[in-house]
Amino acid sequence: MSQPESAVADAQAGGRGGATPMKGESLAAFAERHGLRRSIARPALPVYLRQLWQRRHFIVTYATSRNLSKYSNSVLGQLWQVITPLLNAAVYWLMFGLILGQKDKPGVGGNYTAFLITGVMVFTFTQRSVLGGAKSVSSNLSLIRALHFPRASLPLAYTLQELQQLGWSMAVLIAIVLVTGEPVTLLWLLIPVALLLQTLFNLGAALIVARVGAFVRDVNQLLPFALRTWLYASGVFYSIQEQTKGLPELLRWVLEVNPAAAYIQFMRDLLIFEQAPSAFTWITCVFWALCALIVGFLYFWLAEEKYGRG
Amino acid sequence: MAELTKERSQVALEEAKAAHAVVRAPEKRGKPTVVVDNLHIVYRVYGAASVHEKGNAANALMRILRRQGRPQMKEVHAVKGVSFVAYHGDAIGIIGRNGSGKSTLLRAIAGLLPPTKGAVYTDGQPSLLGVNAALMKDLTGERNIVLGCYAMGMTPAQVREKYDEIVEFSGIDEFVNLPMSAYSSGMGARLRFAIASAKTHDVLLIDEALATGDREFKRKSQERIRQMREEAGTVFLVAHNLDVIEETCNRVIWMHKGKIKMDGDPDKVLSAYTKN
Repeated sequence: MSQPESAVADAQAGGRGGATPMKGESLAAFAERHGLRRSIARPALPVYLRQLWQRRHFIVTYATSRNLSKYSNSVLGQLWQVITPLLNAAVYWLMFGLILGQKDKPGVGGNYTAFLITGVMVFTFTQRSVLGGAKSVSSNLSLIRALHFPRASLPLAYTLQELQQLGWSMAVLIAIVLVTGEPVTLLWLLIPVALLLQTLFNLGAALIVARVGAFVRDVNQLLPFALRTWLYASGVFYSIQEQTKGLPELLRWVLEVNPAAAYIQFMRDLLIFEQAPSAFTWITCVFWALCALIVGFLYFWLAEEKYGRG
Repeated sequence: MAELTKERSQVALEEAKAAHAVVRAPEKRGKPTVVVDNLHIVYRVYGAASVHEKGNAANALMRILRRQGRPQMKEVHAVKGVSFVAYHGDAIGIIGRNGSGKSTLLRAIAGLLPPTKGAVYTDGQPSLLGVNAALMKDLTGERNIVLGCYAMGMTPAQVREKYDEIVEFSGIDEFVNLPMSAYSSGMGARLRFAIASAKTHDVLLIDEALATGDREFKRKSQERIRQMREEAGTVFLVAHNLDVIEETCNRVIWMHKGKIKMDGDPDKVLSAYTKN
């Protein structure tokens, strides 16, 4: 009984009254005969989706709880949900609107405050979803190791959390748009559509960076720079069409087809320019939403069994 | 509506299954749940800085330019050819000195460390409860309970039903409304065990998670492990406290330098271990 092989011998002797490997049967064959499986297998896609649906309470509760606890250490508490985007917008207004003189340029619809804040709010939504997504798996390792659940619940919850935060930002945004003199139009009915498309895109992006961030920690150092470059390239403070007039066609097209720019354009069309989004904007927004979601989901799912290992 | 009906029928199905399981439990006992077949685990440790190569930025750059791997990598052969079979209803204690490969073995069974050689076969997905497994430390105990239950796939109704039992079992009382970061290590461990054991696991791996509890909690957790065994789950327990193992386990594996030194009845193995 004191040899390492004792388990086999012990099992073969039937000492425990349980099923035992037959004479000459390897442990691998024995395991297979009893339907035991090796390591964690990745569930098939439909099963995985069903499991995710079963975890919907987890996703919603996790997002809400994180939101509520997020500012619990600060004096102003939940007010920061509103103050942070406003302060951001104020800084940009000072720098770009006043000092760099963007506010009187053509293409901003004559209402630079609303133009800028729309851009900042829409971009911040994507930015925060991506940043959160990158940490969603890597900062929840103990949860992943202790309990079983489809790991995609985590980036999903993080994106949902940002969507809940966006509720506050949207209320502020709409108040500012109204105060600065834009009328309410029927086009505003499309606001939920715009948000839905952007949320789908954000979710896809969050899933992609979640997988990358789970295995390559350097991503958390790099992402802020990538996101800042994206911010400057997405026409948050300026009108892409007006500012890029001298540039090559291809570059202008790349700037406008960029998802962040498309979602910003969509929202500005509804809130400020009082025009239906162009076919180009529609196609870009829908394309990026579906593309990111499908690619992101598959990419994340393909590594499902590897999260939390090592 | 269709969704609801579907869910109901699923719940009914699960209940039927559960009832079935209770009836069948004695028969299930003989069935193996974990087969470990000549398992070797070698893992790499980074950052064991040697004296002449310090980890500054210039060295990091040179390393990448020279296309070398990460620096100061050391290989640790933690588990060296371990084989055993565990059955439904077993509670297996794993003992051994620090660094004998106990925790590594548990992590490998949980599927968290890929085997270097050999394999681990399991029935279902094992759950690992470790010492440092604070679930979500910024959130309150109450949120952790609710979220933990949801993550294990419970429905809101089941969570409401289990909630009081979990609080009561963990014995954290009014601390349930404070964030887990404010808990003592003992309270955290108790709450985690209470949450994880609210559901029946096929294979539950406990790594020192019970070590920090007080006497009362020890008694309750032993009772819970006994229940799990009766429900035909398999429990692995790593502990330095031999009393816990003696009172809870029906089988003990003694790990020494990455190998099994002894495997068998608690009395025999424990007395040999203490003599050693």
